[in-house]
Amino acid sequence: MNEIEEKSFYQAMGRYRGILGWLISTDHKKIGIMYLGALLCFFSVGVTLGILIRLSLIAPGMFLSAQHYNQLFTVHGIVMIFLFIIPGIPVAFGNFLLPLMIGAKDVAFPRLNRFTWWLYLAGAFIVLLALATGGGPPDTGWTFYAPYSIESKTNVSLAVFGVFVLGFSSIFTGLNFVTTIHRMRAPGMEWFRMPLFVWTLYATGWVQILATPVLAITLLFIVLGRFIGIGFFDPTRGGDPILYEHLFWIYSHPAVYIMVLPAMGIISEIVPVFARKRIFGYHAIALSALAIASVGYLVWGHHMFTSGMSDTARVIFSFITFLVAVPSGVKIFNWVSTLYKGSIEVAAPLLFALSFIFLFSIGGLTGLIIGSLAPSLHLHGTYFIVAHFHYVMFGGAGFSFFAGLHYWFPKMFGKMYSEKWAKRGWFFLFVGFNVLYFSMFILGYEGMPRRYFEPPPQYHGWSVISTIGSWLLATGILIILSNLVRALFKGEKASANPWGGRTLEWTVSSPPPRENFIHGPVIATDPYGFEGKK
Amino acid sequence: MIEPLQAKGESGIDYTGKKIGMWIFLFTELLFFGGMFLLYSIFRAQYPSEFHISAREENLVLGTINTFALLTSSLFIALSIAAIRRGNKKQSLWLQGLTILCGIIFLVIKYFEWSEKIAKGIYPDSPVLLGMGSGETLFFGLYYMMTGIHGLHVLIGILVIAVMLHFTRQDTITSQNYVKLENTGLYWHFVDIVWIYLFPLFYLIT
Repeated sequence: MNEIEEKSFYQAMGRYRGILGWLISTDHKKIGIMYLGALLCFFSVGVTLGILIRLSLIAPGMFLSAQHYNQLFTVHGIVMIFLFIIPGIPVAFGNFLLPLMIGAKDVAFPRLNRFTWWLYLAGAFIVLLALATGGGPPDTGWTFYAPYSIESKTNVSLAVFGVFVLGFSSIFTGLNFVTTIHRMRAPGMEWFRMPLFVWTLYATGWVQILATPVLAITLLFIVLGRFIGIGFFDPTRGGDPILYEHLFWIYSHPAVYIMVLPAMGIISEIVPVFARKRIFGYHAIALSALAIASVGYLVWGHHMFTSGMSDTARVIFSFITFLVAVPSGVKIFNWVSTLYKGSIEVAAPLLFALSFIFLFSIGGLTGLIIGSLAPSLHLHGTYFIVAHFHYVMFGGAGFSFFAGLHYWFPKMFGKMYSEKWAKRGWFFLFVGFNVLYFSMFILGYEGMPRRYFEPPPQYHGWSVISTIGSWLLATGILIILSNLVRALFKGEKASANPWGGRTLEWTVSSPPPRENFIHGPVIATDPYGFEGKK
Repeated sequence: MIEPLQAKGESGIDYTGKKIGMWIFLFTELLFFGGMFLLYSIFRAQYPSEFHISAREENLVLGTINTFALLTSSLFIALSIAAIRRGNKKQSLWLQGLTILCGIIFLVIKYFEWSEKIAKGIYPDSPVLLGMGSGETLFFGLYYMMTGIHGLHVLIGILVIAVMLHFTRQDTITSQNYVKLENTGLYWHFVDIVWIYLFPLFYLIT
């Protein structure tokens, strides 16, 4: 801990004060905090919409028309995917922590970093504008499948354009992080001395760089298809809607790894700290992140097993899908082995991290079921997919987001939250989550079709249970967020290193000073040497 | 006193870092165009004879002149970087100006090519084009999209080079610190390379 008392970055003043001072700041920490605030707002919006969807499903037509229902689940998807979980961990925690973890003053391109934040705001604004103008919120589903997205009377164009802008925000974030990791590491911070969160940000950065442009061009052709009749995806003009699906998933499957890779990075930070043990298989975890990023690029076809594809292609895509599960499995084994014979302290961040391992395993294994050709035919159009998707995305990336939020909250805000209430919040979230989504596995296995406004009556029982789960989950989120907000104002002051972490961000005060490090750090050991410590 | 965290060049700028950033940006551009090239190859495989017939509509002479203009402009910008490295500011300014000139020639010719087609009624969503059939619709749809987005890149390139010209005049770009100009050059070469693929795909393969 630094003995020299220095002003935190919150007190560092630029040319402007107040909100403007924040908005034009190039400080990676301020940008990270602003991103975090925006993400949590959009997450809350997404949760609210999700609860309305569940409510409508047990009482179809009571308060939502079928058209409104379609718009609701589309907006739920757009908000959660493009405004929360894709930017998610990298923009909030990555921005705040990446330079701290590698011993740098800032990212490689601070002004570009600020520009990504503005692009994010602009994209979010455009998406929100799309909800209020034109033909109203889009009703295509978040995937914008052609040809319906070209024909729909709702305001698809503006929403798609908003996503296009958000894509550029994502690309530039990836570019910035990859360059930062290549060029800004402190002396002695060799590649294999980097914290694992940095490794996953690196892999994520490459996916953002190499996958997002394909989505950008595809979405552009949806907009142009609507405005000037470019018929690339319109069968009446010789185009091919399946081609849209291919191009969409060429981005959107790797995007799944944009969401979950940094989540795995957070878990790799938390588990060794709370097990007081060196991470098991450091190299395997680091390299498996790269393996997931590269192999994950080649599995997009498994989203289209029922859309029309040659059998050869289906077999190949199914095989590669099984292949990409291997590095994820490697990570799971490594985390569990790290816990083995550790001196485990069950604090709130670890609870979230352990839930991640449990839920992500379920999500991953069910992914193999639908990645096999025969079961996929039965399950593809059902709630099984919805359940699987939420287990990996929310159970995976979402829980990890909360794990990271609790782990780094003292560092980011300099305050401690109530451990007791954090655990209570976790309990409701975890129980609610499983009631909500595991019911969907059962519903899906029994054949309840997804996207339906009015499910057939035989599925009502589990549907009600699932909806009750959504209330428990919302209670959990409410407790977690109020606990953290309360801590912001009334929490005790946090010390520089409340958890006994060994990575560099814990060597500076909480919250960190404007320039991060008073003396440039020199790194001599790996980040997980817990032997002989506390 | 804060110690410098990273080793930097004499001018205090991480030269390599800036270039890595630019190269990564070009990767994203490559994939951006890659999506379009993918569409082109699939539609070409689907409608080979229609693409064959449609390509005869293209004006080979103008296309060739444009290829020549763009290749020459790439030479000019490369020479302008070499000039500034030697400290020859005046020569570099001239060469940057010539690059812009070639870019403008390219766009003007493109304008006439497009006008000629539009005058014939060939443009997206036009009754003439829709009457020609699916393969032709796709060919000219791709033609307008790919040359259009490429043209937009040329336009952006011209604007960026104009800013570089201004920087060079103001001595922001010097023989010690010319990474901005060098990155602009990389971008310009990329735009050039995309055209080198577009030219055969739309004009030469008939």
